[in-house]
Amino acid sequence: MMRHLISAADLTRDDAVLILDTTEEMARVSDRPIKKLPALRGRTICNLFFEDSTRTRISFEAAEKRLSADVINFAAKGSSVSKGESLKDTAQTLEAMGVDAVVIRHSASGAPYRLATSGWIDAPVINAGDGTHQHPTQALLDAFTMRRRLVGEDALGQDLTGKRITLVGDVLHSRVARSNVDLLHTLGADVTLVAPPTLLPVGVEHWTCDVSYDLDAVLLKSDAVMMLRVQRERMNAAFFPTEREYSRRYGLDGERMAKMPEHGIVMHPGPMVRGMEITAEVADSDRCTVVEQVANGVHTRMAVLYLLLGGNEPAVSHARPTDSENK
Amino acid sequence: MSTILIRGAKVLGGDVQDVLIDGETIAAVGTGLDAGDATVVDAEGQILLPGLVDLHTHLREPGREDSETVLTGTRAAARGGYTSVFAMANTFPVADTAGVVEQVWRLGRESGYCDVQPIGAVTVGLEGKQLAELGAMHDSAAGVTVFSDDGKCVHDAVIMRRALEYVKAFGGVVAQHAQEPRLTEGAQMNEGVVSAELGLGGWPAVAEESIIARDVLLAEHVGSRVHICHLSTAGSVEIVRWAKSRGIDVTAEVTPHHLLLTDELVRSYNPVYKVNPPLRTEKDVMALREALADGTIDIVATDHAPHPHEDKDCEWAAAAMGMVGLETALSVVQHTMVETGLLDWAGVADRMAHKPAEIGRAQGHGRPVSAGEPANLTLVDPAYRGEVNPAGFASRSRNTPYEGRELPGRVTHTFLRGRATLVDGKLA
Ligand SMILES: [Zn+2]
Repeated sequence: MMRHLISAADLTRDDAVLILDTTEEMARVSDRPIKKLPALRGRTICNLFFEDSTRTRISFEAAEKRLSADVINFAAKGSSVSKGESLKDTAQTLEAMGVDAVVIRHSASGAPYRLATSGWIDAPVINAGDGTHQHPTQALLDAFTMRRRLVGEDALGQDLTGKRITLVGDVLHSRVARSNVDLLHTLGADVTLVAPPTLLPVGVEHWTCDVSYDLDAVLLKSDAVMMLRVQRERMNAAFFPTEREYSRRYGLDGERMAKMPEHGIVMHPGPMVRGMEITAEVADSDRCTVVEQVANGVHTRMAVLYLLLGGNEPAVSHARPTDSENK
Repeated sequence: MSTILIRGAKVLGGDVQDVLIDGETIAAVGTGLDAGDATVVDAEGQILLPGLVDLHTHLREPGREDSETVLTGTRAAARGGYTSVFAMANTFPVADTAGVVEQVWRLGRESGYCDVQPIGAVTVGLEGKQLAELGAMHDSAAGVTVFSDDGKCVHDAVIMRRALEYVKAFGGVVAQHAQEPRLTEGAQMNEGVVSAELGLGGWPAVAEESIIARDVLLAEHVGSRVHICHLSTAGSVEIVRWAKSRGIDVTAEVTPHHLLLTDELVRSYNPVYKVNPPLRTEKDVMALREALADGTIDIVATDHAPHPHEDKDCEWAAAAMGMVGLETALSVVQHTMVETGLLDWAGVADRMAHKPAEIGRAQGHGRPVSAGEPANLTLVDPAYRGEVNPAGFASRSRNTPYEGRELPGRVTHTFLRGRATLVDGKLA
């Protein structure tokens, strides 16, 4: 395993499969009455959030606590970009306090990379989302969710070879899309991006995926469709004419969902904007994995933290739960 | 008056000659000149060039003396072989009045290392709204001839037109920082494959090219001359080439870093590579080199942009844009242009001394190396090879992208009006 987790692109296939397998073990722990492992007892992890994200922070915090780590939450809302030195200052403070790992969320693309490579701090750095760059643990939890749904719970050691995954919406501003394209390709899946041309980055033709403007055509052969969040503030920036038009062309409603293969699932990184990008009918259907994604997020983050901090031994003894207590 | 004999230098890289300096002037150029009681500089194997002229330098004084002062900046210039630099107007306060430009000009004279020719702002406070007192700046002791809102683009077409027209009255030139503001909102690096991957706001080539296209047409329309700062794209080259073929009075500059570095380097997220205009692609770099060689791009200008360590030692988004350039410019040009066979040393003298002096009307600079001319000269050891070590910079700032990179050539001596400002690589 690598020392830091900055980008999904840094993961080899074997690294990624190891994380997914470890996540499976962590998920089984979470099904037990006592959901706690002693793996990181005595270790201190700092959640360094320069950008608000309650969901991601809580997910990491839950993961850290289930591994018995000591947790420091540090919110430095909005202070960094206006004053350049604060990331470095904060890093050095954490270093002096002897933290064992830093989970960082930042509005500036590249901030976690800089933190990991600038020599400001020695501890492993885990990227919890940076600007419009990467959100690798999100990609891992998505991949885990897909593997469970599309391959099965006994998919240990397997990847997503041959699975057809479609990402729909604001690719341009989405770190989730970037991370997913990288990771899903590494795991052998065929990825297609669907968006209006204004919401696709220049250079997307060099990405390891296909691009389409036509959602209906792609839906027919999608094993999973992941809807990306469209930020309301984009509405006035001429990325698309109106909410209604966006919804007609790129929104997912029940009728559209019905075009998918029967086993096909609908994913969303949350929070969902019901109505415009996804209708309530779709969001509440049992094909929609949003709630599972949240639960799997904790397990994935446990796996990542465990592997980065704990070592290469299996997290849980190899004695598989034979009693099917988790079924 | 002191006399100096530069013995055995290749003048402009060509014939080996002796050059005798008497007082402020070149007294004689020839072979086997008698040293008499002159101080002899043994220049065997070295290239003698006219003192370099930089049409685009940021000296930061007044206002950001923690980055650079006129004194430290001119010392850096002397180390780089420059005898004249044009100081950009984006200081605090902005150089948009006779008072500020005269202050900068006087500080340059007092430094004694390099002539400083202030550039005046085109608009008040660089705000792009109201023309600054261009005539008063021209009539001041500083005698301003070049006007620029550099750092910002004069994006209002009417203001640009008026500025181009107005400076015709006294032979001035408007130097445009071509950057369409709406197309570069939130831009942090070249828009392309790398920006898409890194999730950094893209700066499309067309944001530069569209302004250049507009401005050459405006210059044609009003019959004025326009200078385009720091071209960075292949498309910009094409537009300037077209404009020149059409007879439009346009000149253009390229920075050393745009002749060497590409946006691939941004993958490091190291803000030392954050610069405006941004580093582009390999294809752009090659087009810029060719254009400099064939004269489409007239000059090399450093865009020397000093920033203190803390403004760069942070995350990419928060970092200041710009890199220092005075002390490495000639080495980069040797590396990218001379050693690739694109330009000989006479060509270097043309692009880094003669032409910039001509565009900026810098009196006494960029002159031929011949008897009777002002003794503004630079000696270069082209055989030198060494790693760039910013610890040795005279600039107050160290934001160089070349730290640890091996570059050829070293300026050994610089003479400003017959006085050595640099001797054996050390400031005098
Ligand atoms: Zn500029």
